[in-house]
Amino acid sequence: MKYDFHVLVIGVSAGGFRALHTILPMFPKDFSCPVIIVQHRMATDENFFVESLNSKCNMGVKEAEDKEQIEAGKIYIAPGGYHLLVEKNHILSLSVDEPVSYARPSVDVLFETAAQAFGAHLIGIILTGANCDGSEGIKNIKANKGLTIAQDPDTAEASMMPVSAIATGCVDFVLLLEDIPSFIIGLVEDHHGEC
Amino acid sequence: MDNQDIEIKVLMEAVHLKHGYDFRQYAGASLTRRVKKCLADTGLNNISDMIPLVIHDKAFFNSFLHNLSVNVTEMFRDPQFFLSLREKIVPYLKTFPFIKVWSVGVSTGEEVYSLVIVLKEEGLYEKSLIYATDFNDSVLESAQKGIYSIDNIKTSTLNYQKSGGKKSFGTYYHADYNSVIIDRSLKKNIVFANHNLATDSVFGEMNLILCRNVLIYFNKDLQERVLELFKNSLRAYGFLCLGSKETINFSGIVDSFVPIVKKQKIFQKKVNPAFEGVK
Ligand SMILES: C[S@@+](CC[C@H](N)C(=O)[O-])C[C@H]1O[C@@H](n2cnc3c(N)ncnc32)[C@H](O)[C@@H]1O
Repeated sequence: MKYDFHVLVIGVSAGGFRALHTILPMFPKDFSCPVIIVQHRMATDENFFVESLNSKCNMGVKEAEDKEQIEAGKIYIAPGGYHLLVEKNHILSLSVDEPVSYARPSVDVLFETAAQAFGAHLIGIILTGANCDGSEGIKNIKANKGLTIAQDPDTAEASMMPVSAIATGCVDFVLLLEDIPSFIIGLVEDHHGEC
Repeated sequence: MDNQDIEIKVLMEAVHLKHGYDFRQYAGASLTRRVKKCLADTGLNNISDMIPLVIHDKAFFNSFLHNLSVNVTEMFRDPQFFLSLREKIVPYLKTFPFIKVWSVGVSTGEEVYSLVIVLKEEGLYEKSLIYATDFNDSVLESAQKGIYSIDNIKTSTLNYQKSGGKKSFGTYYHADYNSVIIDRSLKKNIVFANHNLATDSVFGEMNLILCRNVLIYFNKDLQERVLELFKNSLRAYGFLCLGSKETINFSGIVDSFVPIVKKQKIFQKKVNPAFEGVK
């Protein structure tokens, strides 16, 4: 078998509950990409958040565990209060390093480590949010030849996070929220078709 | 292997050979981020440029080591854990005439003082001996002093209350301008000592081991070594407490323990396979 795959990372903050409940159920059960998500939130509501998504998605949704192997077709959510990092051998790690730009989990930390682990296989998406987390990460993904997407700020519940990501000049596509899943499914399938 | 990984590998080899600190089996992603932060502070271009510095420049090495370690901690971190400890484990510990506790990776000490407060309020402290260890001498020194910034006192107090605290948190410290000083009476049965989980060995016959938010920094092989070490440092029916996102489930010791409070990662060492926990 050919070693060919994509991995999706998503960073989202204020307004994320609704945004994720909109796009994640649109991915089919057998979608081949793993999806790894940092959503800023309180450390206390995690069960509700993960369970709610899991009940609405075709793909399995779970909270990421330390040293867990990343598998195709699964959606991993960073636990509140911990950074989520990707190891080079495609294992997830958690850490309690200092918050980065006041955030733990931090989108930048996930994106930076995922970019190093997956390089050109990585697709990074910035959705709604009222801070600048993820902008450094978007630069990292681009520098490692990955593909970058931001939600159209005009239609985001909070525009600052996508605006700030786009301002780096490293975002490849700006899309309406509802269009993101079909765009990615097309991309991944195209790519599989080529090989 | 890309250049950066080669450089980090060689750098860690140098650190180990020269100073005995073994970071070779730490989880790479977090370690890489911190090494890059060290590099940014130096203004040098390549990670490998730090190799001569860690070998020849003692002052540089000390600050390098400091930046490499993650010491983030707080009083009664995860209050629910301390509540479980109080409700589920303390009653069992009370049946012993004397107990030995090992608090591992204590960092600047907040965790061990939280533990001591629980033991004190439950009438256990006078018959306890607590070993508080870390591999970083400078945090151990702060832990021993027990002086903390006053900025965190609100969070600490709130955590204390949520953890089932029975008094006013203020009875455990003295406030001084910008800092709080831990009351001396909390220190008397604690022995602070340097112990490195990557290189040192068993610490015997413990009734209770706390090691929270340390294992996540290790790769699987080192996690395995350390969990085995904990198993061998515990008495029969002793307790092992890990961080809220850490587990023994994927390790070789899983069959030697019974989960007592699953969510709070409290496990009890069993002696025969049929043992189902506590009483
Ligand atoms: C994030 S802190 C955890 C502090 C505290 N246990 C808590 O949960 O709040 C991790 C601690 O583990 C210590 N540590 C890291 N590697 C170690 C090793 N090999 N041996 C002993 N301690 C180590 C660090 O020095 C640091 O103080």
